[in-house]
Amino acid sequence: MVRLQGESIDVAALLQAVRGDEDGAVALFTGVVRNHNAGRRVESLVYHAYPEMALREMRKVEDRARRRFAVSEVQAVHRTGELRVGETAVAVAVAASHRDHAFAACRFVIDELKQRVPIWKKERFEGGEAWIEGSS
Amino acid sequence: MSGRGATMRIDVRYFASLAERTGMATESVEIATGDDVAALWHRLVTRHPELDRLPFRPLVACDMDYAEWDRRLDGVREVAFLPPVSGG
Repeated sequence: MVRLQGESIDVAALLQAVRGDEDGAVALFTGVVRNHNAGRRVESLVYHAYPEMALREMRKVEDRARRRFAVSEVQAVHRTGELRVGETAVAVAVAASHRDHAFAACRFVIDELKQRVPIWKKERFEGGEAWIEGSS
Repeated sequence: MSGRGATMRIDVRYFASLAERTGMATESVEIATGDDVAALWHRLVTRHPELDRLPFRPLVACDMDYAEWDRRLDGVREVAFLPPVSGG
């Protein structure tokens, strides 16, 4: 399951949603807004998406992760809109029987999402704003 | 076969900094039969000189699938130009 949403991401709910009784491992990655980038003090990030295509690309990544790793559930959620420092911009949760596949699939999903999914962030800092173009 | 000079309309979408540069998110553009993405881009740069000399090479999506610059546009309804992505 993949999702784009304007509301904040409920990480605890995501962990619950992926876990089943056959799973011995749940791996979670969250990407959060940090207060600095490229030597500047960051106030917020504004995320824009090409929503229909972003969801398609997220689904492709999910499908590939399911084929490639022995996992029972994969979920990825990405935010849109303006996020303050400390807020969760993206969360990936993976459940599997064993931790190796949970960790590997979680890493795979976030790396692929960052490379392929048409979402962009604009950094707002003291005295201005700038698009970030290319993964960082 | 279409005759010489046949044209069709295609929807173009711009995202992030490209939308800011052009001042629009979408427009409808007339293209010639046989045009590829590069030919379309050439038309767009003529309309929007601010698309020239970008600090990056845009990514292209045809009907929401990534495509190459030599992709022919016959049968394509929508072409999106995307800055390098920066989600996460």
